[in-house]
Amino acid sequence: MPYTLIDHTADLGIRVRASGLRELFEEAAAALFDLITNRGRVTETAQRTLAVQGRDRPDLMVNWLRELLYLWNGEQLLVARTRIDTLDDSRLAARVWVAAYDPRWHELHHEIKAVTYHGITVRPVSGGWEAVVIFDV
Amino acid sequence: MELRKRSPYCWELPAEGRMRVPGRVYATEEMLRGDEQRQPLRQVANVASLPGIVKAALAMPDMHWGYGFPIGGVAAFDWEEGILSPGGVGYDINCGVRLATTALGEDDLRPRLETLVDELYRSIPSGVGSTGSVKLSGKEARKVLQQGSRWAVAQGFGQERDLLHTEDGGCLPEADPGAVSERALKRGLRQLGTLGSGNHFLEVGVVDTVFDETAARTFGLAEGQVTLMLHSGSRGLGYQVCDDFLAVMNREAAGSGLAPPDRQLVCAWISSDIARQYFRAMNCAANYAWANRQILMHHARQVFERVFGAGPRDLAMDLLYDVCHNIAKRETHVVDGREQVLCVHRKGATRAFAPGHEAVCEAFRPAGQPILIPGDMGTCSYILAGTQKAMEETFGSSCHGAGRRLSRKAAKRASKGRVIYRELADKGILVRWTGRSTLAEEMPDAYKDVSEVVEVVHGAGIARKVARLRPLAVVKG
Repeated sequence: MPYTLIDHTADLGIRVRASGLRELFEEAAAALFDLITNRGRVTETAQRTLAVQGRDRPDLMVNWLRELLYLWNGEQLLVARTRIDTLDDSRLAARVWVAAYDPRWHELHHEIKAVTYHGITVRPVSGGWEAVVIFDV
Repeated sequence: MELRKRSPYCWELPAEGRMRVPGRVYATEEMLRGDEQRQPLRQVANVASLPGIVKAALAMPDMHWGYGFPIGGVAAFDWEEGILSPGGVGYDINCGVRLATTALGEDDLRPRLETLVDELYRSIPSGVGSTGSVKLSGKEARKVLQQGSRWAVAQGFGQERDLLHTEDGGCLPEADPGAVSERALKRGLRQLGTLGSGNHFLEVGVVDTVFDETAARTFGLAEGQVTLMLHSGSRGLGYQVCDDFLAVMNREAAGSGLAPPDRQLVCAWISSDIARQYFRAMNCAANYAWANRQILMHHARQVFERVFGAGPRDLAMDLLYDVCHNIAKRETHVVDGREQVLCVHRKGATRAFAPGHEAVCEAFRPAGQPILIPGDMGTCSYILAGTQKAMEETFGSSCHGAGRRLSRKAAKRASKGRVIYRELADKGILVRWTGRSTLAEEMPDAYKDVSEVVEVVHGAGIARKVARLRPLAVVKG
């Protein structure tokens, strides 16, 4: 698994690793939806494009996950996979494949209510990149 | 960080470094031992460094680590020269508790308890992704945001009298739906009348001890009486409001000279447009939360009437009070002998106004404002009353609950091999729940002992014990 769960008194966090920065953003998105549902049962039926901005890489990571979380919390769409097409320190463009939530088919695990700035980290590590994100549940 | 003892129940964190005022923590020596207190204490110090803070950054005995501000934190800022912080309110704006009393006794309840808890579970939407029974148009939603509980009562969800027994009458006046984003509105449209998940609950209990006969009588409480307690908030709408303004304030922080040590602690000058806009949006979310709890109580009332075949008059399910846990309010307090208009942030803390205060409804004025302190689902909850000392020391504030002791993961680990619902059933407490890990994550061992928390606020004199409730049945999201 390219991510691990972080134990936190009130909440839930992830530590994600990937070889490249784009992959890191994609893996973080996958981890978020792993926490929400059984992603193996999410069969994509539509595609969205997202353009996200941030002050720096950590801000960009928070804003990216915020946008994806809104697809779920605001539009009842589950994310199957994502592809980062362009990325620099303060903006990204991505394609996102989604499916409409079907309570008869999709299991729900955690109610992720928000992506927080607490302890947000995006940094190079040996062999690639690492991100730490804490979610409010 | 060295704490200095002010009294057996109050400790001072002296102002050092960037701190503008000291920190003050209400706790016993025992509670402050241990490494897990280091992080929230650092958060108290961070809050004490914010511009315009008055007197001290306070923490209640249920203090634990939060985002930016600690949970159990109280901080007041000068209305003219201070700041407003979405992180000082929290994501779940006006998360709160309400308690209703009934004419039933435990003996009336026992034979039908199982039916009652099943019916409550069926009738009140709870859990991840639940949607409400109330369908709102955009126009109607705006009315909810402006009118709060008043809207709910006007729609038939409850009675006029409930408004008197709700903090601020269940409606904050400075609420402008125009300040609320489309996203927040969209999340709110579907969720009105839902309990939510996590630590939100509905609990049927019984008054098992009365500590203060006079105050209990004033509140309409008597030993052996069956009660209903509800804990819920502003659902996705409040979260989205908080999140929207955290994002904007972080973008603008560099320009306003308010770049905080922790991005989650971001804030804006109260006098700025963005802070004013947040204040109006936050008030909308607070009103939504009150409408939500009003609707939830109405549904619960109907279930009781059905199960016991009793009319409203016989059942007499009256709202005792509704308190808010996460909010920032404009209030006037006496600081160093003179009146000052303040922005009081309470994050995981309850307003605790003294006897005689004009914000407390007339019927309760002799006793002080009722304060509702839920414990974990296997122990007990408390009803307290506000005091003059709270007005003098804590801007009229007290604690809000037990506070988590174990992380969700640690709680799950600790529950391995145990059957939590059966353990509770053995104690005479029936539980119904939605989420598959809810029960493990929310089991009694995951929380601190609420009685210890209450002893501190009572001992420190910032609240007074009135009565204790014992749970009989719990519905969790």
